[in-house]
Amino acid sequence: MKRIAIGLYAAATVALLVWGYYQAIFVAPDEATMHEVQRIFYYHVPSAMSAFLFFAVSLVGSIGFLASRRNYPEHAQRFDAWALAGAEVGVVFCSVVLVTGPIWGRRAWGIWWTWDARLTTTLILWLIYVSYLLLRRFAAGPQVQTLAAVLGIFGAIDVPIVYMANRWWRTQHPAPVFFGGPDSGIKDPRMLAAFGWNVLAWIAWGVLILGIRYYVERQSQKALAREALEALNQV
Amino acid sequence: MTRALWTHLVKDLRIEWRSREAVNSMLFFALLVVVLFSLSFDPQGAFSRDIAGGVLCVATMFASVSALNQAWAREIRHQVLDAQRMAPTPGADMFLAKVLANFLFVTVVQVVLAPVFVVMYNLRILGDAWKLALVLPFGTWALVANGTFFAALSIRSRNRELLLPLILFPIFMPALLAMVLATGSILTGDSDPSLWIKLLFGYDIIFTTVSLLLFEIVLHAE
Repeated sequence: MKRIAIGLYAAATVALLVWGYYQAIFVAPDEATMHEVQRIFYYHVPSAMSAFLFFAVSLVGSIGFLASRRNYPEHAQRFDAWALAGAEVGVVFCSVVLVTGPIWGRRAWGIWWTWDARLTTTLILWLIYVSYLLLRRFAAGPQVQTLAAVLGIFGAIDVPIVYMANRWWRTQHPAPVFFGGPDSGIKDPRMLAAFGWNVLAWIAWGVLILGIRYYVERQSQKALAREALEALNQV
Repeated sequence: MTRALWTHLVKDLRIEWRSREAVNSMLFFALLVVVLFSLSFDPQGAFSRDIAGGVLCVATMFASVSALNQAWAREIRHQVLDAQRMAPTPGADMFLAKVLANFLFVTVVQVVLAPVFVVMYNLRILGDAWKLALVLPFGTWALVANGTFFAALSIRSRNRELLLPLILFPIFMPALLAMVLATGSILTGDSDPSLWIKLLFGYDIIFTTVSLLLFEIVLHAE
């Protein structure tokens, strides 16, 4: 039953991705000033939203791990798997943002990159979570989960500071499309639909990968625990 | 100030006084970075004022990493760290003592380096020079507090010397930005650095608090 549900969910996700692609490339109207290159927006912004969502999952996992590691070791292992899976999927989405952004910027601004508030913040966010993954790779033994959780919390605290610092420094990124003031928001309903479908599709896709990654991590945790138990029994 | 903190601080200072490892290596390393930067950028006139703040901060940052690694590596020998984990004193005391000691070392390096720096870059400070006395300690504290914390975090990993800069630099970036911009605006006198000094101060408060709260977890991680 569970397998069928997962299979159905995966199929629905792929269907959503195809539908989102169709909406973004064929249905949504041409944008007046930026033309075709504006369509990258339907991938750039949903990826950014997904990245933030999955980094938030990672943060919750880190805090949960630290809170439960003494009294509920089994829960703590689950939290740790969520933290790792969230960080990995978040880094992938963040990479997509960092790749699609310059492609758009080259056409719209005439430059690939600028040290603007949101670009710099996203880049540093990416660096922080890559360093988190490096720590998980480098540090060996059972303490790695605790250390990674601590670094995850540090990284999350750093993000708003980075953002404020860069906002005071300089800002070139277009003003927020949503909640950015009276003139913000997408006016054309077809654009809004294409955007909405892509947000849904990419978040669904991310959740699927997150689930798979979580499952794989849980399996490797269980395998480690089994090995440790066998080693104990042999003594 | 508690007695445990004082004991740790005196111990760290005494070790450093006898060996002078940290200060000497940092000083030479920072000097090398300053020379390398002047060779590669040929700083003259207004340009030297523009980049000098950044070079000083980055030189301090690179130099302090070597000392911060040593700060905990020293405790690993003869299982000293394990003994300290069993000691009935709060880990925060040990952490704060290490931060204070390293803060002193880095400050000594900066004080010695500053005149060399002024000479090599032909600097004439156009802004309020006294504000440097705020910016440099705040920036150094941000670097050293985080650095000591992450050095403790990476101490039990494989290739720890490599890991420390990899996890410290991304977190330290906003403080570095504030420090560089504040020193830059003091040197050139173009703009008011007070916003960046406030940011540095806030960064110090936030990260010192978080480090003190989480240090016990890192110390006893197993």
